[in-house]
Amino acid sequence: MFKNSVFTPASPQALSITHLTWIVGIIAMAILLLIMVLVLYAAFKFRRRPSGFEPRQVFGNSRLEKTWTIGALVVVFFLFIVTLRTMHSSDRTPAPGEKPNLVVIAHQWWWEAQYPQSGVLTANEIHIPIGKPWLVLLKSADVIHDWWVPDLGRKIDAIPGHPNHFWIQADKPGTYLGTCAEYCGAGHAWMRIRVIAQPEAEFKAWEQQQLEIPPKPTSGDAAAGSKLFDHLTCVGCHTVAGTPAKSDIGPDLTHVASRETLAAGRLINTPENLGKWLSDPQEYKPGAHMPNFDFTKEQVQDLVAYLETLK
Amino acid sequence: MSDIPFPGTGEALPLPVPQEQMAGLLGWLSSVDHKRIGIMYLLTGLVFFGAGGIEALLMRIQLARPVSSFLSPQTFDQVFTMHGTTMIFFVAMPVLTGLANYLIPLMIGASDVAFPRLNSLSLWLLICGGLLLYFSFIAGGAPAAGWFNYAPLSEKPYSSTVGVDYYSLGLLIAGIGSVVAAINLIVTIIKYRAPGLTVRRLPLFVWMVLVTQFLIILALPALNASLVMLLIDRRLNAHFFQPVTGGSAILWQHYFWAFGHPEVYIVILPAFGMISEVIPVFSRKPIFGYEYVAASTVAIGVLSFLVWAHHMFAVGLGHSIDTMFAISSLLIAVPTGVKIFNWIATMWNGAIRFTTAMLFATSFLIVFTIGGLSGVSLAVFPVDWQVTDTYYLVAHLHYVLFGGTVFGVFAGIYYWFPKMTGRMLSEKIGKWHFWTMLIGFNMTFFVMHFLGLMGMTRRVYTYPNLPDWGLLNMISTIGAVIMGISSLLFIWNVWVSRRSGELAGDNPWEAWSLEWATTSPPPVHNFDRIPPIRSRRPLYDLEHPDHPDWKNGH
Repeated sequence: MFKNSVFTPASPQALSITHLTWIVGIIAMAILLLIMVLVLYAAFKFRRRPSGFEPRQVFGNSRLEKTWTIGALVVVFFLFIVTLRTMHSSDRTPAPGEKPNLVVIAHQWWWEAQYPQSGVLTANEIHIPIGKPWLVLLKSADVIHDWWVPDLGRKIDAIPGHPNHFWIQADKPGTYLGTCAEYCGAGHAWMRIRVIAQPEAEFKAWEQQQLEIPPKPTSGDAAAGSKLFDHLTCVGCHTVAGTPAKSDIGPDLTHVASRETLAAGRLINTPENLGKWLSDPQEYKPGAHMPNFDFTKEQVQDLVAYLETLK
Repeated sequence: MSDIPFPGTGEALPLPVPQEQMAGLLGWLSSVDHKRIGIMYLLTGLVFFGAGGIEALLMRIQLARPVSSFLSPQTFDQVFTMHGTTMIFFVAMPVLTGLANYLIPLMIGASDVAFPRLNSLSLWLLICGGLLLYFSFIAGGAPAAGWFNYAPLSEKPYSSTVGVDYYSLGLLIAGIGSVVAAINLIVTIIKYRAPGLTVRRLPLFVWMVLVTQFLIILALPALNASLVMLLIDRRLNAHFFQPVTGGSAILWQHYFWAFGHPEVYIVILPAFGMISEVIPVFSRKPIFGYEYVAASTVAIGVLSFLVWAHHMFAVGLGHSIDTMFAISSLLIAVPTGVKIFNWIATMWNGAIRFTTAMLFATSFLIVFTIGGLSGVSLAVFPVDWQVTDTYYLVAHLHYVLFGGTVFGVFAGIYYWFPKMTGRMLSEKIGKWHFWTMLIGFNMTFFVMHFLGLMGMTRRVYTYPNLPDWGLLNMISTIGAVIMGISSLLFIWNVWVSRRSGELAGDNPWEAWSLEWATTSPPPVHNFDRIPPIRSRRPLYDLEHPDHPDWKNGH
């Protein structure tokens, strides 16, 4: 039930929050149990006996009042101490001038990822090397969004005009699911995140592959699709390296065929689904900023053939 | 009533003389009688409860299955925005103000509130605010930026329909009504208490309503000001909350939660007050630790202004700010916990009668504790960093606002309905109402804790088919349907009992505060005579002339 959750931490940062969650959870359960036992005991034990009985009129007891006030203070003081401990271990404040390893920019309704050291640009599926804490600079291009991958640690808002930092790290290779956690408009539900953690070498290979400029197809449907892409409005919003398409309103498509999903987690990336998406984006992600272009079947087929070459 | 001489512990102020009432519907609409206004507030709340409830059911139907297309995201976003806005501003606020309006003058031995005409103005401002908000549906679309309406999503470029404008105007008008009503109640409680009813003898409901009214006049202006700023942004192209042109998106959050967190206490403290009346009467004992319950209410009131940024732990305000707000938010749990123990101590060694009112009050102690404890977990901000903005938070806020406020209000309505109408609510339907509500409520909201911890964020119109998400959401939806049926049982009970319920008499519960010293329903001027007030329980003293409270030093 708790696969991919707050209880399956995959980084030291998330682990320290999970420990804290258990501590708080157990204390809360114990208090709840105490209250339930007291209330239910009172409810059964002190039901009204035959009429005429009047219980002793007790107005209070200062010693008891002090006892439970101090008891409650002790509990919250303890919680405060463990809070401070976890604050430092789960969310280290970056040193002044510390350069981010990754820049994530939230858009309505997708994630742009820039790797400043290598120059890689991608979207929605964020690759990281395992075992290293990476500093991420988080920005927003429009409204407030929120980065959240429960296995990897804290969530944090992406706010226009207020850049934030957080640490991302994964102990083991794997795909970690996340999502935008701050309501950001019609596409909020389909603004999902995939973090793909890879061993160092594999990650480096992925970076290399992302930096290559895909060759322009010269024959068949793909060539026709490439022409369509350059001449239709696609270029108004998207980028494909080595072509006239250089806009950053929508996700960079240079290596779109190498991704696992389409439209920020809405559809599994197969040629069939890509065709469905191109035919009617509003059907799958209502409100998305990509309109329905009323492509003909043939055009869709050509565009799919072209986009599938962008590996 | 025995002939004890008037105690004469102070000069009574001249009581306002209520106007003659017209007959029929016009008599109601034009009334300045606090009792009629109170009932109209309650009916307003009930009508909006129906609207907000239907919106809740629409959401639960949509979320019952993964990747569902029953509602489009555009519709769903309007529905959840209207649900939250309605339930807070047009259900919780009017119902609590209505009960306060009806009961406060009766509980303090006054013939009306201080400013009866102003009272009527507050009611009609609230009703007009609610109608304006709902008019947005036919004026081009309801607001869809959430009940806390974060900028810049609520700004023109991202919310281009008139919905947010109607939201701002509607809340502004209702908010002005709330401030006016609060001033009215404060003056009433301070100036129009019957002779002998000192502040230390006030019923706890009156105490808590008094603290609440101070919260209203201090907190609502923050909301009203930010609504005006937002309207200026949207209509006159200003830049208060627009980062692109030099404004600040975070500023809106500070303003909103500076209002929004006291607001949580505005809608829970009066419920605490009702619980503090119901539990002693049905346990046949005085409230345990009166001074501590009253003082902890004041402590909550003060602290409630210092906790707002715990709604903003994910904003990235820095560790020092997060730490300060964690301290204040953890501290506010202490006076709240103290109350729970005082209520349990009141039941201890009592002679408890489980009427429907007492069933709601007793279950309140447990369900509200669940909401309080999840609230503490959210004050521990690294936990908040994980679970805020998820279904865990949705569970938390409903355990507080439904398990707390609504259960408290149900207890209060079963308790005071006989006073308002002269007839008892049916205990038989009441018990059905209670048990179905308890089961439906926990089914709907308990599973949401797990959904949140599993990664389901709030305000999503649908979700991917991840393991167990569909199952838990289906359980929640079935619970919501049960709650809907339960609410219909309640409405049916009110409808039937109002005409043919058992006659109540003046004091059906053998209660001890002043409102039970007059007829049910009370005459227009409330009291023909007021019993002597020498303790917190004047009617107890009358019943027990040989050992009244005031002889025991209480």
